Amino acid sequence: MSTLRNALAAAAGFAIVAGATAAEAAGAIEGGGRQPLNIPAIVMFFIFVGATLGITYWAAKRTRSAADFYAAGGGITGFQNGLAIAGDYMSAASFLGISGLVFASGFDGLIYSVGWLVGWPIILFLIAERLRNLGKYTFADVVSFRLEQTPVRSLAAVGTLSVVAFYLIAQMVGAGKLIELLFGLPYLYAVVLVGALMIIYVAFGGMVATTWVQIIKAGLLLGGATFMALMVLAAFGFSPEKMFAAAVDIHPKKDSIMAPGNLVTDPISAVSLGLALMFGTAGLPHILMRFFTVADAKAARKSVFYATGFIGYFYILTFIIGFGAITLLMNDPSYFKAAAGGAYNKITDLLGGTNMAAVHLANAVGGSLFLGFISAVAFATILAVVAGLTLAGASAVSHDLYASVIAKGRVSEDREVRISKISALAIGIVAIVLGYIFENQNVAFMVGLAFAVAASCNFPVLLMSVFWKGTTTRGVVVGGFLGLISAVTMVVLSPAVWVKTFGFKAALFPYDNPALFSMAIAFAGIWLVSRLDASAKAHQEQAAFEPQFIRSETGIGAAGALAH
Amino acid sequence: MRLRQKRGYHMDSDFVARVKGDPQFQELTSKRSRFAWILSGAMLAIYFGFIFVIAFAPKALGVPLGTGVTTVGIPVGLFIIVSAFVLTGIYVRRANTEFDAIAQQIIERAK
Repeated sequence: MSTLRNALAAAAGFAIVAGATAAEAAGAIEGGGRQPLNIPAIVMFFIFVGATLGITYWAAKRTRSAADFYAAGGGITGFQNGLAIAGDYMSAASFLGISGLVFASGFDGLIYSVGWLVGWPIILFLIAERLRNLGKYTFADVVSFRLEQTPVRSLAAVGTLSVVAFYLIAQMVGAGKLIELLFGLPYLYAVVLVGALMIIYVAFGGMVATTWVQIIKAGLLLGGATFMALMVLAAFGFSPEKMFAAAVDIHPKKDSIMAPGNLVTDPISAVSLGLALMFGTAGLPHILMRFFTVADAKAARKSVFYATGFIGYFYILTFIIGFGAITLLMNDPSYFKAAAGGAYNKITDLLGGTNMAAVHLANAVGGSLFLGFISAVAFATILAVVAGLTLAGASAVSHDLYASVIAKGRVSEDREVRISKISALAIGIVAIVLGYIFENQNVAFMVGLAFAVAASCNFPVLLMSVFWKGTTTRGVVVGGFLGLISAVTMVVLSPAVWVKTFGFKAALFPYDNPALFSMAIAFAGIWLVSRLDASAKAHQEQAAFEPQFIRSETGIGAAGALAH
Repeated sequence: MRLRQKRGYHMDSDFVARVKGDPQFQELTSKRSRFAWILSGAMLAIYFGFIFVIAFAPKALGVPLGTGVTTVGIPVGLFIIVSAFVLTGIYVRRANTEFDAIAQQIIERAK
């Protein structure tokens, strides 16, 4: 019983820090070992790769200008962008991790799904259209609209690259472990394959290819998950009550799976987690970039509407899939690592760990061919997410650091795009190397770190520069860096990292999620330093709020749809 | 050339004064921001209400509905997911029709 409790506590720890992430999958997969080569999965995966490379070739021919490369020429429709956003957001891990969490603890899985979803309406109400009206390729365009280019873009680039680096490490390690398990490929091959493909998509196909990879993957994932959920419901005559009743009967935790368990303990942790989930989403650079791919504010709004629908639907499916896994897997010993007498723990002994619940369920409802399909979709999902991250990182390097900070705007479009492609190559290689170095590290906290930095650095500077007239360059730079540094420091000193990863006895900071504190520090820093800034420049920047406000509210002068 | 910065300052002061003085511009911004903050408030209240129930009274969500095993928590969770979608729908509907129409008039007049 105590090992069970420890396992659950560990799962809760991962989930709180990382949410359900590839990294979490990695943590649970480690014990599983390599599988024999999974031929149907590999064949289907190669079909996906072939199709996406074809799209990349097509996209490369259409990518001529910087606007094409960074923003798909603004030619993506609201519906397509909604699907692509959903694709960016539904990582392999939120699929495997949340269904695994539901498998292990039932209702608690829903708490996370809900937290991830409710950030979207806030993005729509406060950010989406203003972002579209003020920016061109990166969110730094928006923050630096009336502020000094060099310091503000440097801050935004550091914020972007930190988020991208933390997120990429988690995804690469998760990808390596997952592919090792699903396909029987060695870890290093898997990491190199993922890195090479993401470089090709981004460097050759830019935003057009990245967007279509996301759209295809989102369609496959939604289709596959829908099929699984329908098969599960069909097994119970489409009565959720019958499904829940069977699950309560089979699950070792009995009827406690139908109520909140111990994932969220005290109100401060709960609120801090909620803030990180909500506002972290609103500060993820690869998500924010997606708003520049549509023609205007109208389409930007529609994108969020569709994305919220797809993501919400997807989370309902993962909940059903988790319960389906409880009912269809837990009594079947072939999915478990049984002890000598045939006894097994219905949660922790699941082959490959609880995060494999959805994968095993695919086999249970659709046989080995469907198992291959879902495995290929999981791989495709990782590829699509890392491609989005790489493009965001490469854009920060070329558009913010190189074009504005180093070359001071004296750079041709061609050269800027070329720098971006080289950056994509460099980021890909770094990601492969880091993925290799971190193979045996516990990287679950990395996604938590990415969300914390996004919520505490990127989001506050974006919100304050758009909404508060008083914001000055000094305020943004000081507040942004304070948010970044405090978020990273508090995560490192938290129980999840200081104790569980580094092995120290006691945590120096009591909460796993710093967002409540680091966001407050960032906002207070921006406000206070801006207030104290009496320089002539500060007055100019405050005076320039009026034209910025007019453009952000009406779209007058916004970057056009097709800037050929 | 600092393109972005230039564009930011490019609107001449006459133009800014014209738009700023347009009563419809005041109407647009105050209406839209009130609407956006009300909807944001609704979403935050729904979500943090849920989080606080989980933190302070988790048992409340574990009460069975009727005689079955399905608990109150299930429809509540479903309600939050659906409400996020519905709230975005409400905003997009009004913004893409009413607000955009007002903005278009302001742009025409300011030309």
